[in-house]
Amino acid sequence: MPEYASILFSEVLKILMLLVPVLVSVAMIVWLDRRVWAFVQKRRGPNVVGPFGLLQSLADALKYIFKEIIIPASSNKVIFILAPIITMTLALISWAVIPFSEDFVLADINVGILYLFAVSSLGVYGIIMGGWASNSKYPFLGAIRSAAQMVSYEVSIGIIIINVLLCVGSLNLSDIVKAQENVWYIIPLFPMFVIFFISALAETNRPPFDLPEAEAELVAGYQTEYSGMMYAMFWLGEYANILLMCALGSILFLGGWLSPINIFPFNVIPSPIWLILKILLLFILFALVKAIVPRYRYDQLMRLGWKVFLPLSLTWVVLTAGYLMYFDLLPGN
Amino acid sequence: MIAHAVVFYIFSFIAIVSAIMVTTSRNTVHSVFFLILDFISISCLFIMIGAEFLGMIMLIVYVGAVAVLFLFVVMMLNVAQQKNEWFVASDSSSHIPIGLLVSLVIFSELLIVVGGWKYKAELQDSININLNLNLTNTQSLGNVIYTDYVHLFQLSGMVLLVAMIGAIVLTFRKRSGLKTQSYLRQISRERNEGVELIDVETKKGVKIDA
Repeated sequence: MPEYASILFSEVLKILMLLVPVLVSVAMIVWLDRRVWAFVQKRRGPNVVGPFGLLQSLADALKYIFKEIIIPASSNKVIFILAPIITMTLALISWAVIPFSEDFVLADINVGILYLFAVSSLGVYGIIMGGWASNSKYPFLGAIRSAAQMVSYEVSIGIIIINVLLCVGSLNLSDIVKAQENVWYIIPLFPMFVIFFISALAETNRPPFDLPEAEAELVAGYQTEYSGMMYAMFWLGEYANILLMCALGSILFLGGWLSPINIFPFNVIPSPIWLILKILLLFILFALVKAIVPRYRYDQLMRLGWKVFLPLSLTWVVLTAGYLMYFDLLPGN
Repeated sequence: MIAHAVVFYIFSFIAIVSAIMVTTSRNTVHSVFFLILDFISISCLFIMIGAEFLGMIMLIVYVGAVAVLFLFVVMMLNVAQQKNEWFVASDSSSHIPIGLLVSLVIFSELLIVVGGWKYKAELQDSININLNLNLTNTQSLGNVIYTDYVHLFQLSGMVLLVAMIGAIVLTFRKRSGLKTQSYLRQISRERNEGVELIDVETKKGVKIDA
């Protein structure tokens, strides 16, 4: 029994060492998002609490914790409470398979990329449950929109992942990074990277695809009836998902923990730093897009997903497979 | 080993209880949520026996796609009205004979499957299979599907494609009088079609939509 206890203790410690930095960086990333947004629009952004306003998110979190949680009388209470919990949990458990360096990964499983894809496809339930259980029209409309949107864009993300997997020959995330030692996949698969980036925006309900929230028409979509800590959990889950999509993008296309070139000043920097820098780069792109692009109309969004991205990425799968087959570059033989 | 057994029983218990709840809960949306819980615990069981690929695919396909569509349809139904039609005692008795027949068929099928499994001696013994333990099960599945069973695999792909096209054809209808955006027309529009310069006489005005 003691060895069970010690195993349990060390695993819990490892999980905490991963999750606490993730949660802190989610809070920081909200600040960064608002700052970038403000700078593009020639405003100051949050700059009062702490140095450069860095503690703004903590102040916000404190405010959310002390606010009253209101559960509407006509709502379905169990599902109403479950929804933010599910969103938050799903956003956090996916970090288990992200490799920060060659041996710094919580769970190095064979089907890591499938696990990430499965968990992100479950993410839609938090939103549907919240929208339905609120028993109110705006949240329900927001939830229906969001479910359709996430299911559509998952298809193209899945096919883009197949493109990368064809070149790697393994579903393990560490293998995917190691396969990019010579050339990052952003160079041979650049069109797929662009489509992945746009699909990731849609998958995480970021502007210009934030129709589920669409504050101008749906008040705030599925979050309308939520207050206090439950609202904050939706919000944290959303940003944790955005960070995760940035991490997935940097692992699939930007070489994960690898340094850009394997020479002296670059390869002494520890590998987790490189991954974090790449995640930040992608996140700043996310924030810039939010500031400069107007919102899509719903039919345009669906058209983009099904009629543009799906055929393009499918064609690219055929091209990649044909190229690898013809030049005998297929991995695993 | 004990921990393994405990976890196995937890997942199987959740799977069975949620399967029962799917049929017994009064609220249809709750039924779908229990169905999702059932799918998730089954995929956990798959992962426990080392079939991690099947478990993940189960999550992606059933939970991530099929159950979302279920939920969509069920949420659109008018549940209150349905309850009145289906669960009133005098009305529901007319469904009993058909329900009994269907459950009898399923029960006898299960009986045949389990019985056949027990008495067929030539059935392959799963313990004595020659396994290559160096391959991950994703790879070994691929080795079988894309070599020995490639025709069946493609055939099932064709069946799915036909079903998909059929569903689209059945539900697609062109309604007249809808204002839709045509990208082709928008792009191919020239300046002289859209803009017209008119000299407006003072105090006379001009009729635009003439």
